[in-house]
Amino acid sequence: MKRRTLLISGAGTAFAAALGSPLRAQEPIKVGFVYVGPIGDGGWTYQHNEGRLALEEHFGDQVETIYQESVPEGPDAERVLTQMALQGADIIFTTSFGYMEATNNVAAQFPDVKFEHATGYMRNTPNVATYDARFYEGRAVIGTIAGHMTQTNKIGYIGSFPIPEVIQGINSSFLHARKVNPDVEMVVVWAYTWIDPAKEADAAKALLEQGVDVILQHTDSTAPQAAAAEAGNVYTFGQASDMAAFKPTPRIASIIDNWAPYYIERIQALMDGTWESTHTWGGIGDGEVEIGEITDAVPAEVKAEAEQMIADIASGAYHPFTGPINKQDGTPWLAEGEVATDEQLVSMDFYVEGMTGEIPN
Amino acid sequence: MFGSIDPLLLLASLMVAATPIVFAAIGELVVERAGVLNLGVEGMMITGAVCGFIVAVQTGSPLLGFAGAAVGGAALSLLFAALTQYLLSNQVATGLALTLFGLGLASLLGQGWVGIRAPSVPDLPLGPLRDIPVLGPVLFRHDPMVYLGLLVCLGVWWFLNRTRGGLILRAVGDNHDAAHALGYRVVRVRVLAILFGGAMAGLGGAYLSLVRVPTWTDGITAGAGWIALAIVVFASWRPGRLVIGAYLFGGVAQLQLNLQAAGVRVPVEILSMSPYIATILVLVLLSAGRAPGCLGRSFHAAR
Amino acid sequence: MLRLEKRPQPSRAWAWATPVLAVVLTMIAGGLLFAALGKDPVEAIRTIFWDPLFGQYASYSRPQLLVKAGPLILIAIGLSLGFRAGIWNIGAEGQYIVGALCAAAVGLAFYPSEARWVIFPLMIVAGALGGLLWAMIPGLLKVRFGTNEILVSLMLVYVAENVQSWMALGPLRNPEGMGFPGSRNLAQYPAAANPELIAGTGMHWGVVAALLAVIAAYVLLSRHLLGFHIRLTGESPRAAAFSGVNPGALILICMGASGALAGLAGMFEITGPSGRVSIDFNVGYGFTAIIVAFLGRLHPVGILLAGLLLALTYIGGEVASLTLRLPVAAIQLFQGMLLFFLLAVDVLTNYRVRRAREGTA
Repeated sequence: MKRRTLLISGAGTAFAAALGSPLRAQEPIKVGFVYVGPIGDGGWTYQHNEGRLALEEHFGDQVETIYQESVPEGPDAERVLTQMALQGADIIFTTSFGYMEATNNVAAQFPDVKFEHATGYMRNTPNVATYDARFYEGRAVIGTIAGHMTQTNKIGYIGSFPIPEVIQGINSSFLHARKVNPDVEMVVVWAYTWIDPAKEADAAKALLEQGVDVILQHTDSTAPQAAAAEAGNVYTFGQASDMAAFKPTPRIASIIDNWAPYYIERIQALMDGTWESTHTWGGIGDGEVEIGEITDAVPAEVKAEAEQMIADIASGAYHPFTGPINKQDGTPWLAEGEVATDEQLVSMDFYVEGMTGEIPN
Repeated sequence: MFGSIDPLLLLASLMVAATPIVFAAIGELVVERAGVLNLGVEGMMITGAVCGFIVAVQTGSPLLGFAGAAVGGAALSLLFAALTQYLLSNQVATGLALTLFGLGLASLLGQGWVGIRAPSVPDLPLGPLRDIPVLGPVLFRHDPMVYLGLLVCLGVWWFLNRTRGGLILRAVGDNHDAAHALGYRVVRVRVLAILFGGAMAGLGGAYLSLVRVPTWTDGITAGAGWIALAIVVFASWRPGRLVIGAYLFGGVAQLQLNLQAAGVRVPVEILSMSPYIATILVLVLLSAGRAPGCLGRSFHAAR
Repeated sequence: MLRLEKRPQPSRAWAWATPVLAVVLTMIAGGLLFAALGKDPVEAIRTIFWDPLFGQYASYSRPQLLVKAGPLILIAIGLSLGFRAGIWNIGAEGQYIVGALCAAAVGLAFYPSEARWVIFPLMIVAGALGGLLWAMIPGLLKVRFGTNEILVSLMLVYVAENVQSWMALGPLRNPEGMGFPGSRNLAQYPAAANPELIAGTGMHWGVVAALLAVIAAYVLLSRHLLGFHIRLTGESPRAAAFSGVNPGALILICMGASGALAGLAGMFEITGPSGRVSIDFNVGYGFTAIIVAFLGRLHPVGILLAGLLLALTYIGGEVASLTLRLPVAAIQLFQGMLLFFLLAVDVLTNYRVRRAREGTA
C-alpha cells in the first residue's frame, strides 16, 4: 500500500540512545529524503519536500539535501536507501509507512548513518528514530467548524484506508462536530487510495447525493473540492496541503502537514551531537499540524471558537480525546475527564458512540 | 436496500464520471477498427491532461486548453504512428513504451504547475431544457464536454457505418492486404486513425485536469487509460455499446461508493472486477465480439 | 523517397548492431534532454550507464542488477515462446500476481511451521501452478471459442489486481498488522523466505531460475522439435499446419509456459525482495517484461542482455536522480526513448532501406 502511518510508541526508548559526537562544523551535513510519490502530487510528498526546502533555507550551506521521488515500497526502497547511505548521507528521512522494514534493514548495515522513519514504530537499532504527526488534533478543529457549518446535519468523510490514523481522524472530527451540534451524523466512504482524483470526485458525489453538505477528506487530491464547488453550498477542508486555490469557498479551512519544524529540530540535534533514537509525535503545539486560513465564509464566532480550540490544544490545556467517550456499541472507553493514552490512540480500531456504519476489514 | 440511492442523481454523476473514458475509448475504438492496437492510451491521456492544463491556465481559456490537449495527445500518438506504421515496430511493445514515455513527459511538463486551479468550465446554456422537471438536472446541466463526448460517439458511428471513409477504415482493419490490393493507402488511413485516437485521449485527460479535479496532479489519470482499453473490447468495437460500456464501468465504480455512503456493506473488489469479467464473457458469447481481423498486425506493402 | 524492402532472411549483422545503435542514439537524445534540464549531459549519461557497473559503489549496485533483472528475464523468456508463435499473452502481470498470491497463501497456511524443505518447494509449485492456471483462461478460451488472447489476458490483469487487493485486505492480512492491509512478511519467515544465496551477490532462487530458463529456452528453440514447431508457426502458420503442428496444443503450451514462468517470478519476488502481499506489490514487471522480450528480439540470450540493460537504466537512473538531482520523470522519459529507439532501429534487421524511384511505391 502506498505510504504510511501507524505507530506504536511503546517501549522503543529501551534502546540506549547513541550519542553521536558533534560533527565537524565546516562539512555540510548530507540529508537524504525518500519519497513514496512524485513531488508534484500536491499532497503528502509535496509537503515533505516543502520540509526539505525549509531545511535548506534554514541551514543554508550547513546542509546538503538529496532526495529520490516515487520510490516503490519494497525492494526498490531498500536499494535507494543503501545508495543514499553509500553516497555519504549523514541522515535519511523515509517518508512512508511502507518503508519500515527497509529502513531498519539498511540502518543495521550503516550504524553511522541516522535514519528517521515517518509514521512507523520499528526502531531496531539505535540509529533509527520514528516520527509522526497528531493529525487528529487538527481534525478536532475542523470537526468543530464542520458541526457549525452544516445545514443538513450530515457531514461526509472520505476515508483512505481503515487504519488507526484515519479512524482517529474520523472519531475526532465526529466527536467535536457532535459537541457543537448534537444532531450531526457522519457518513464515511472508503476510497482505498491515498490519491486518485477521479475516484475521490466520485466519492464526493456519492456523499453529496446522500445530502451531505460538509465534506472532510483523508485523501490528497483536490477533486472533492472541485465537486463541492460545482454542487454549491458545500464546504470542504484542505488536506495535507493548504489547497488555497479553492478559497474562500468551498475550502473554508485546511489541515496542513508541516514537517519543517521537526526536520529543522532533528538536523540541529545532529549538529549538536544530541540526536537520539526517539519517537516523536508532534501536533499543533509543535507546529507539525497546522490549520490553514479559516476563510470569511465561516462566521466570526465559529472562527473564534476554532481558534480558541487551536490555542488550547497547542498549550496542552485540551486533549481532543477526553472522556467521557463510549465506543460505538455503547461500552465505555474513557471515563469522565480521562484522556486517551498514545497507546490507545495508535491501536484505535473502533468508532465512537453515535457513529453509524461499520469499519470494513 | 438501495432505497437511499437516487438513481437519477446517480445517472447525472455517471454522465460526468464516464466522460474521460468515453473520449479515450472512442478514440481507441477508431484506432482498433483500423487494425491498430495502441496500448499507450494512458500515456496520451496524461500528456493531454498536462498540455490542456498548461494552455488553459496560460490563456485563461478552457476551450483553448482542450484544443491544446487534443494537439498534445495527437503529437504523442504521432510517435507511435511513426514507429509502428513506418518503422514497423511491434504495436504492443511500442504502446507500452508510449505509456512509460507519456507518464514521464507529463510529469516533467507539469513541474511548477502544482496547486494552481484551472479556469472553470461553465455549463452549457441549454436554457429551458435545464428546467424540465427530473430530466433537466440529470441530462441538461452539464458542461459542454459531456455532450461533445456523446456527439463524438455518434459521429464515429455515422462515419464508420454511413460513409465511404468509414468503409475504407474498416476494410483496412479487417484485411489490410485486400485493402491494399484495392488501392487504399493502408498506412495513411492508420496514421490518421492513430492521430484521432491520440487527440481523443488527450481530450479525455484534459477533462480530468480541467473539469473533474481541476488542478494538475502527477499521475492524475490513475489508470483511466487502461479502463478505456477494456471498454473498447467490452463494446465489441461498436460506438453505441461503447457509451453503455463506459457508463457501466463508471457506474460500477460510482455505485460502489454510493452503496457505502448509503450505509450498505459491499464487497468492493468483487464489484470492481465484475466489469472486466463481463468483458471477457462478452468476448466469448457474442460472435459480433470478433476483433478487427488485422488487430495488432504490422502492415508492409510487399508489392 | 525511401522505401523498405523485406529481407529474405533477418540480417545477423544488423541484429547485433541495432541495439548498440539504439543505445548510442538514446545517449545523444537523452544528453540533449539532460542538457535542456540544465545538467551536464556527459556526466548524466556516465552516471546512468557506467557508475552502476564500474563506479565507486559498483560492488553494491552490480548484484542489484541481478535482483532487478531476474524477474524481468524469467517472465520475458516465457512470453517470448508465445510471441514467436504469434500467441500474444500480454497478461503476464496478472499471472505474476496470481502466482505470488498462491505461493503466499500456501506459505502462510503453514505459518509458523519450520519445515522449509516441505514448504518452500510447495510454494514454488503453487506459484507456477497459479500462474499457469491464470494463463490457461485466455488459452482455453482462444482454443475453444477463438477469443482474442491479447484482450482476455489483459482483462485478467485487472481481475488479478482486484483479487490481490481483496487478499491483502482480507484473507491474507497479517493478524498482527494493526489493521493495516498486507500479509505477514514472508521474507522474514525462514521456512518460506527466498534469501540471497551467497551474500553480496544478489543471487536468489529467482535469479537462478531466470538463468535456467534462458538456457532451457535456448536449447528448446534450437534443438527441440517443439521449438521448431513454435518457430514454424510464427513464420508460417499454414506450413506449420501441414507439418502436423496441432495449433490448439501449441497455444496451450505457450500460454501455460509463459504463465507458469510469470507465476514463478511472482513467487520468488513475494518471498524475497518484495516480502509481503500488499494491495499493490506488483510493480509492473509483467508489462516491462513484454518490452524486455522485444528488446531481446525474442531470443533467449538477447532477453538476458535486454533484462540487464533495462535493470541498468533503472539503477543508473536512481543514482543519477540522487547525485545529479535529475527528476524521476526525466529518467522515465529517458527509458521511454531507449525503448523507442530500440524498437525503431529493429526495422534495419528485417528490412533493407532502398531509394525508390517515383511511382514505384
